Amino acid sequence: MKVLVTVTESAEVADDFAIDDDGIDERHVTYDLNEWDDYAVEAGVQLVEAGVADEAVAVTVGPERSEETIRKALAKGVDRAVRIWDDALAEQALLDVSTKARLLAAVAEEEDPDVVLGGVQASDDGFGATGVALAERLGYEWAAVVSELDVDAEGGEANVHRELEGGLHERLTVDLPAVFTIQTGINEPRYASLRGIRQAQSKEIETKTPADLGVSDVTSRLELRELFVPDAESEAEYLEGDAEEQAAQLADVLRDAGVVAE
Amino acid sequence: MSAGDVLAVAEHRQGDLRDVSLELVSAGSALAGAEGGRLHVAVVSGDVDAYADELSVQGVDAIHTVAAGEEFNHDVYVAAVSALVDHLEPTHLLVPNTVDGMDYAPALAESLDRPIVTDAVEVDTDDDGLVVHREMYGSKVETTVAVDDGPFVVTIRPGEFSRAGGSSDPDVVAHDVDVDLDALGSTVEGYEAVETGDVDITEADFLISIGRGIDEEENLELVQDLAEATGGTVSASRPIVDNGWLDRGRQVGQSGKTVTPTVYLAIGISGAVQHVAGMKNADTIIAINTDPNAPIFDVADYGIVGDLFDVVPALIEQFD
Repeated sequence: MKVLVTVTESAEVADDFAIDDDGIDERHVTYDLNEWDDYAVEAGVQLVEAGVADEAVAVTVGPERSEETIRKALAKGVDRAVRIWDDALAEQALLDVSTKARLLAAVAEEEDPDVVLGGVQASDDGFGATGVALAERLGYEWAAVVSELDVDAEGGEANVHRELEGGLHERLTVDLPAVFTIQTGINEPRYASLRGIRQAQSKEIETKTPADLGVSDVTSRLELRELFVPDAESEAEYLEGDAEEQAAQLADVLRDAGVVAE
Repeated sequence: MSAGDVLAVAEHRQGDLRDVSLELVSAGSALAGAEGGRLHVAVVSGDVDAYADELSVQGVDAIHTVAAGEEFNHDVYVAAVSALVDHLEPTHLLVPNTVDGMDYAPALAESLDRPIVTDAVEVDTDDDGLVVHREMYGSKVETTVAVDDGPFVVTIRPGEFSRAGGSSDPDVVAHDVDVDLDALGSTVEGYEAVETGDVDITEADFLISIGRGIDEEENLELVQDLAEATGGTVSASRPIVDNGWLDRGRQVGQSGKTVTPTVYLAIGISGAVQHVAGMKNADTIIAINTDPNAPIFDVADYGIVGDLFDVVPALIEQFD
């Protein structure tokens, strides 16, 4: 049995970022493995370590820069990776969900996994839709926002918890093959070991273009029009001064509210 | 295509209509009104007639019920809503951006071959079509996204639109949709509530809540000292609980507890929307954060821009 893990690099903007005509100034942006995908990678590697799966393969849609992110997944134990990119993809300001799903589905069809794992959402665009769209395109079953995952490969099913709102979990059984979107906190993502980092250097990252995958048109149906810093809605009274002065004023606020024992 | 028509899909759980359903009615009736269309509401599974009564509020033109199964199942929802879309041909399809919405809206969009835009905080139309406002980078940036040509699917962030009220007398139409409930690929076995643990944070008068800014598990001691000095109760945002530094019962937010203490002191919490959903109704909110642009300050009554590792020790001294 094979596990396919969809990963993405996620952009993080610094506290003092600036927006110009071309979007966010790149100098204020850093890239890392998407937080949610880190948990999906861990879940995939654990399935291999437990002997449930034979191989974990990662797939990403991203530029050459994102190989650094993919290496992190490889260093944590993913066996090999596929990266999808070309110039036409680079021109899309906001790739639509359906295009991502078509590209990932083409790789999934080549790899034929029983379990596909990905993060619930990317921390930068927060779309949270790719995994379920991918499942629909593949004709796989799925569950979104999974906080517990127990794969019974022989039985051809998985017992999962979906994390609903307000501390409620839904228990369900899902037939395989299936896509699961993984919620943070489902496991404790490992740090890559030095040995893992060394091994990752020699693991294969295969590059494919949309054309290689039989996807001819990647033009997004979505247009990213504007980026702006939302109007500050803050009506907060700011407590000024050094830390001691701020603490003294804060202590007064707490005393006035009557919540501290004297 | 029925130009300008909107179909909004209601949500319910364990016998209760969820508030977001009425928020979708507000969003949907504004959209329909702007384009001279009608607002249709779909309600799928459970006691659909009771839900239809509750959904008979101002702005709703018609309610479409599909009685199949009791609780949410994404296969049933995809089949039922697809059938209604074929029948009604609405331009706009609105779904809640909830955990259940995330579990079926993308599949629905894919099977209908409609583009999807998720987590909208505002929806407008202009000459070219739909314009959706949504946030990126943990609410630091707002974007507008235009959808080239309709029709499409939009998921609506809970808590951003007012709940529709009043009463109306819409047409209620029952639909038979052919769903084989025995052939579903996933089966819900039941629900479980996360255990509260030793402390019920919803009962606390003064919550001292910590987030990512605390950096290391051993720094929790600092906050526990503050709790001891002031008689406050320690709670946390999601990352602290995900790391296993505090138990799940201490988590404030959409997937944790909703709290309304007299004072909520947020320390090193940026204020992601999922967190704010669980604490915005506290009487007094105080935030300590190094980032002056952190969204937590938008809901705070008092703000301290500063390093928690300087401010918290100084605050403890105030109560020694």
